[in-house]
Amino acid sequence: MAALESPQPATATAMRHAFGNVLSVLILVLIGVLAFSIRLFSVIKYESVIHEFDPYFNYRVTQFLSKNGIYEFWNWFDDRTWYPLGRVIGGTVYPGLTLTAGTIWWVLNSLNIPLSVETVCVFTAPVFSAFASWATYLLTKEVKGSGAGLAAAALLAMVPSYISRSVAGSYDNEAVAIFALIFTFYLYIKTLNTGSLFYATLNALAYFYMVCSWGGYTFIINLIPMHVLLCIVTGRYSPRLYIAYAPLVVLGTLLAALVPVVGFNAVLTSEHFASFLVFIIIHVVALVYYIKGILTPKMFKVAVTLVVSIGMVVCLIVVAILVALVASSPTGGWSGRSLSLLDPTYASKYIPIIASVSEHQPPTWPSYFMDINVLAFLVPAGIIACFSPLSDSSSFVVLYIVMSVYFSGVMVRLMLVLAPAACIMSGIALSQAFDVFTGSIKYQLGGSSNSADDAEDTNNAPKDDAAAGKTDKGEETVKERSSKKGKKKEREPVEKPSIKSKIKKKALVLPLEASIVALLLLIMLGAFYVIHCVWAAAEAYSAPSIVLTSQSRDGLHVFDDFRESYAWLSHNTDVDDKVASWWDYGYQTTAMANRTVIVDNNTWNNTHIATVGTAMSSPEKAAWEIFNSLDVKYVLVVFGGLIGYPSDDINKFLWMVRIGGGVFPHIKEADYLRDGQYRIDSEATPTMLNCLMYKLSYYRFVETDGKGYDRVRRTEIGKKNFKLTHFEEVFTSHHWMVRIYKLKPARNRIRGKAKKLKSKTSSGWSSKSAKKNPWI
Amino acid sequence: MMILSRSVALISLFLLPLLTFSFSVDNPTDRRVLVLLDDLSLKSSHSIFFNTLKSRGFDLDFKLAEDPKLALQRYGQYLYDGLIIFAPSTERLGGSLDSKSIADFVDSGRDLILSADTSASDLIRGIATECGVDFDEDSSAMVIDHTSFSASDVDGDHTLIAADDLVKSDVILGKAKIEAPVLFRGVAHSLNPTNNLVLKVLSASPSAYSANPSSKLSSPPQLTGSAISLVSVMQARNNARVVISGSLQLFSDRLIRSGVQKAGSPNQYEKSGNEQFVTELSKWVFHERGHLKAGSLVHHRVGETDEPAIYRIKDDLEFSVEIYEWSGKSWEPYVANDVQVQFYMMSPYVLKTLSTDKKGLFHTSFKVPDVYGVFQFKVEYEKLGYTTLSLSKQIPVRPYRHNEYERFIPTAYPYYGACFTTMAGFFVFSFVYLYHK
Repeated sequence: MAALESPQPATATAMRHAFGNVLSVLILVLIGVLAFSIRLFSVIKYESVIHEFDPYFNYRVTQFLSKNGIYEFWNWFDDRTWYPLGRVIGGTVYPGLTLTAGTIWWVLNSLNIPLSVETVCVFTAPVFSAFASWATYLLTKEVKGSGAGLAAAALLAMVPSYISRSVAGSYDNEAVAIFALIFTFYLYIKTLNTGSLFYATLNALAYFYMVCSWGGYTFIINLIPMHVLLCIVTGRYSPRLYIAYAPLVVLGTLLAALVPVVGFNAVLTSEHFASFLVFIIIHVVALVYYIKGILTPKMFKVAVTLVVSIGMVVCLIVVAILVALVASSPTGGWSGRSLSLLDPTYASKYIPIIASVSEHQPPTWPSYFMDINVLAFLVPAGIIACFSPLSDSSSFVVLYIVMSVYFSGVMVRLMLVLAPAACIMSGIALSQAFDVFTGSIKYQLGGSSNSADDAEDTNNAPKDDAAAGKTDKGEETVKERSSKKGKKKEREPVEKPSIKSKIKKKALVLPLEASIVALLLLIMLGAFYVIHCVWAAAEAYSAPSIVLTSQSRDGLHVFDDFRESYAWLSHNTDVDDKVASWWDYGYQTTAMANRTVIVDNNTWNNTHIATVGTAMSSPEKAAWEIFNSLDVKYVLVVFGGLIGYPSDDINKFLWMVRIGGGVFPHIKEADYLRDGQYRIDSEATPTMLNCLMYKLSYYRFVETDGKGYDRVRRTEIGKKNFKLTHFEEVFTSHHWMVRIYKLKPARNRIRGKAKKLKSKTSSGWSSKSAKKNPWI
Repeated sequence: MMILSRSVALISLFLLPLLTFSFSVDNPTDRRVLVLLDDLSLKSSHSIFFNTLKSRGFDLDFKLAEDPKLALQRYGQYLYDGLIIFAPSTERLGGSLDSKSIADFVDSGRDLILSADTSASDLIRGIATECGVDFDEDSSAMVIDHTSFSASDVDGDHTLIAADDLVKSDVILGKAKIEAPVLFRGVAHSLNPTNNLVLKVLSASPSAYSANPSSKLSSPPQLTGSAISLVSVMQARNNARVVISGSLQLFSDRLIRSGVQKAGSPNQYEKSGNEQFVTELSKWVFHERGHLKAGSLVHHRVGETDEPAIYRIKDDLEFSVEIYEWSGKSWEPYVANDVQVQFYMMSPYVLKTLSTDKKGLFHTSFKVPDVYGVFQFKVEYEKLGYTTLSLSKQIPVRPYRHNEYERFIPTAYPYYGACFTTMAGFFVFSFVYLYHK
């Protein structure tokens, strides 16, 4: 508005805009560099390796893809895992991550940049976190202008929650999925703001990429319908909303059904039903608006009753069909993971295999502070900022934060979805706060003689973080586009709030001292956040978990037992030998040792996992029989008792018992418990002391220190000297973390009774008869 | 590494002539047999049995059981393929031999004939226990049978048993039926019925019991009736064969030559069945009979010859395996109609009896089931008297590829129609809507 008054300020603002643009591009590049480089701590502190468990599987799949091409990958039947069932990898894996990394590798190679597949995989996550922060910028810019966008992007670049899943080497679906999630939301908001069918199509494509990448796409396909419903209920229906939503549902569902792992689930499972319901509702509403436009008010009243009654009937029918469909499926149409979202206690009550994964547990309060740090305090401010004024887009981010807070409370893993929302909210809050404080300072310094126009002008003056110029610009572009595209009717509701906000802004003038102090405090808050993030990136979240380190008085200790033992397996066992272990180590064994495993981290077959759990919790002979029936040659256990590595198999043992007992009722958890605890000391139950897991973990353990002191459980073990009859130890790693046992072959002869044992049981034997005797 | 393997090759070159004489896959019949006696007079008192062995080409090496120079192996190589222990009273074996080394001898795939007798020593009992045979604990007990004793023993204590309850197996006891009862005087033993490796060859009659004949029975005997085994065989999992007899006299010239008449039976025989029994049994135990060998499992798709790396569900495949039987001199085609193949993944999905071309080739063809996974072809052939064949070969079965399904399903034509008419209708509608005035 100031620009209209004279040509002089007009060129000044143009200059300022150009300067602001260049500056913000520069800032964005720096944010990208920051996002990338803060995730390199793991490479610098350890080495360029794939981390943890699932990334090893993804890495193996990517290797296969780069070697055999996309069609072979699509049709890949993997016979080295889930022996003897095998797994159709092509149809059960979200291919987005693999295809992305495979494409990057292929492009680099065709440009004669010979990077190994592993290197590409290691650095995919950091690269995509840079993309994610840029997407955050775009999304927040659509909501509250570029100042907030830059702040949000900077926050997201280093939010610990996201770092935890995207450090270099953490090659997991979430690495690309968070980018896809934010970008899909951005395109949705963009479409909502512009009403452009072009963006709507892009939105569907971005949604497709998200579906390819992560099962978390159901969050999008539920959140967007909820927002649409919110808009309709609050009377914000507009053709832009229709453009933003209807193509997404139609194209998105069609595209989602193309992904083999989703397939017909895109129309058959309850997670998707909300979108279809809202799809119907929005059509009904659109029809109402259309009829309202062509009818006189009197006729319209008649029509409304008609339409409403018809709509009600249709809705009722649809609801009835849905209920019938849902009721006909055994789990009520909801998959276990989704059910545990709605009822946080569901999984721990009914599905031990879901509850056994630590990232499926509800988070503790400190983990919020750890993962989003000061953002937790900024989020409420951001929500308030979103309400002044409330637009379609700001209502979306409010809805997003509310939903993600709820879901993060259910599963630690979904903290990852909360992080972008928290960053956006905090970015908005910070930007608004800086706006107000710097505006006040400028106003106070510039003197009170200025007119209202000046005050408005100072409000948008450049600030320390160079965000101010963008705010103004962002608003203008939004207005321009909507005025270009939209009809006059829509223009007013968009403009009204912006004028209102300007009126409001004028009132928000604070005293100089208060503003300066508050500004300093805010900067300090930001500084604390940065310090915390760097610490989290460097110390907390960079460990690859296959290599462990510990700091002690005599220096740094490196525990490389996992790779040591996988290398042992790959060098000392036959290619077709089967290795049994608890499912956590399945992916690593197939990827690193290239040996067939019985179960792995893709926990699709509960019975199979329960079989292994039962074997681990059975006495030696029964376990030998189970393993022998599965053609297992080697059994691998992870044992932390010597060096105090807490996530070993004894600590996971309760899940083996529970999962095993869930399918094979002769395994009773109570047999292993003493006073409600899994104890391995002298108080332990005989069942516990005789089960395979105890024996394989503590075999010869007493030889290490003469007492058998377990440093994880902080106690002496209950049974110290025992021999194995059906298994023989073939390998124990340097720090005893991994122990590998071989199944002894069946005895060549069956011995007769021991001499002293001879008693009257002989008659009992003959009555049993020799039904298994093939000789007779 | 190179040097090591070369030296291994060198050593095996030296040993090659030695190895060819020993037990081998190509020639399973034993050649060198060590005979341990507790008294060298047994050599003459059991000469008929030993001479039949010699006449069949066995190289018998007679040693006293207490001979301090006894050794079964030298430099890790076994010196003998078979072992006959006719030393029931020996408490300690000479040299480095003990019950464990004899068990190891059996575990290396070599054969053993063990004979106990009344008052068998702990050593002999221990060896028998290792093989799953339990002799009566009472060392003075003998098998007594007041109904089916030998008529020549009419005044005695009925310990000379005329047993005719033989296992019905042509493989173990030869094709010719043993007509005359087998004379037996010795100690009873029992088998654990859950042990599927041991088998009674000669069982006692239901009226037999095991007790000390010279003393009065104070308590009911522990071993009675047909639970008593007189002669048993054991075939270990590695196909080593063991004969355990409760009577050393069973092999003796005296019982072989003597006539037999079962008490209360009109049939009188010139000669007891002992000779035929021990000869046939020794043929079996030294792998002159009942030894099978199988070639590798061969499978391929119908119409192809190469073995694929993976099958698809519903593929048609052909399976074959060659099985030969050792006749004592050469490998002859094995003929049977009960060899089965399993297509196995945790449980058999296909179980097919193989048909044979009488030249040793067993074959069949079947359709891969509509289940994917890692399957195994399994041939588990356990037939009475024969060596066990246990063969398996792993083969994965994959589901259809994406382009192996039908492109158009006839039943879905209404849906295709609906699709295209909707598209056409939409096009027409748009056209009319846009250009109508």
